[in-house]
Amino acid sequence: MKLKSLKKRENELANAKRQLEILSNGIFQDEELPTFRSKLKTLNLFPLQPKILEILQINVGYMCNQVCAHCHVDAGPDRKEIMTRETMQQCLDVIKDTGAHTLDLTGGAPEMNPLFRWFVEEATKVGVKDVIVRSNLTIITANKKYNDLPEFFKKHKVHVISSMPHWTEGKTDQQRGDGVFNASIKALKMLNAVGYGMPNSDLKLDLVYNPSGAFLPGNQAALEADFKKALSEKFNIHFHNLFSITNLPISRFLDYLIASENYEDYMYNLVEAFNPAAVKNVMCTNTLSVSWDGWLYDCDFNQMLELKVDSPIQHIRDFNKKTLSKRTICISQHCYGCTAGAGSSCQGTVVQ
Amino acid sequence: MSNTYYEPSDLRKFGTITEWSEELGKKFFDYYGSVFEEGALSAREKSLIALAVSHVVKCPYCIDAYTQDGLKRGITKEEMMEAVHAGAAIESGATLVHSVQMMNKYKKLSM
Repeated sequence: MKLKSLKKRENELANAKRQLEILSNGIFQDEELPTFRSKLKTLNLFPLQPKILEILQINVGYMCNQVCAHCHVDAGPDRKEIMTRETMQQCLDVIKDTGAHTLDLTGGAPEMNPLFRWFVEEATKVGVKDVIVRSNLTIITANKKYNDLPEFFKKHKVHVISSMPHWTEGKTDQQRGDGVFNASIKALKMLNAVGYGMPNSDLKLDLVYNPSGAFLPGNQAALEADFKKALSEKFNIHFHNLFSITNLPISRFLDYLIASENYEDYMYNLVEAFNPAAVKNVMCTNTLSVSWDGWLYDCDFNQMLELKVDSPIQHIRDFNKKTLSKRTICISQHCYGCTAGAGSSCQGTVVQ
Repeated sequence: MSNTYYEPSDLRKFGTITEWSEELGKKFFDYYGSVFEEGALSAREKSLIALAVSHVVKCPYCIDAYTQDGLKRGITKEEMMEAVHAGAAIESGATLVHSVQMMNKYKKLSM
């Protein structure tokens, strides 16, 4: 496990432009595989355009207590980018007016932003139906000051979505770092103890599954059944839904694919699994992503590739729903990750 | 033309066999697809059987495909290796059970 981010290591893949070059060169430049744009054009699905805005996904900072091998954010303890109160206030002002029913807080570890609790409290006051926190679980046990997070989440009826790549220690730690599995189990028990994830509980606890390697996720329902059985039998842990998410070939996962000589095969797998039905429901059509410094993106992946929305409005302070709704969604070959098989989004698969 | 008998990228060209015999190729792939659907056995169990058989018939393409299929299904490496041992045990058993024939022949020919 590498303990530093690509940025800290000054790895060339910390550069978004370099990543986009790699994604457009080689097999795609030679036309051995069709670019995402040409694939959409063949099916008359180009250009991709947004539908009604339902989810505002806010990245409150790239700092994290973990350094996961597959992280598309390149998050870690050495990342200092963090959302300020001013930007949070701009987000709150926008949330009131957008009509978006879901506020999705992500990071890094969003809880590490010192203003996280204030932001959640304010956000719940503005009438959003579903406030999601993407918690890595280990943050809850990482430091005494985070131990009461389950109670805090409960108080504000926050919807907790947590990552868990496997129900075994080995496969989890391989992706997320030594000791992560045991700390995650402990945190899940703490969440269960206050009612999260329990059958019929309205305190929602969902898990996210990312494959721990260069392969695509299997059937989401089958994986959910296996996770439920294993976590319940071995640890008496309960959760509601499992969302399977395909790893997109960017940032640290791209670095891994190239270093392990899996890049071309992985891209072949993604392209071969392309599903036109998934295109219609990709999350960039109902989501807007806001970066720690307030810039707007079609999704969190485009944020990491520094592909700002293709619109005259590019910052949360200038937010204009009508103007943004007329934009065309920015795409590149990483988008094949969201259209493979049953599709992939921050809410799991997109094709039933 | 490759310089080796086995070319990893040939696996993704498997579907092209229908180009030279559409009817039979299609029948095969339809049958293959049906075999691996959920049934009295789960798709997960069938994946492990396929992995074991892949080793017994020593098909590198099949080993590649069913290792990947197992990973997708969350099958652990311990489960995969046990499946391979089950295949290997039958294969070595099939060899060893023939030694009864050897023993019979030996006895018949010996005074």
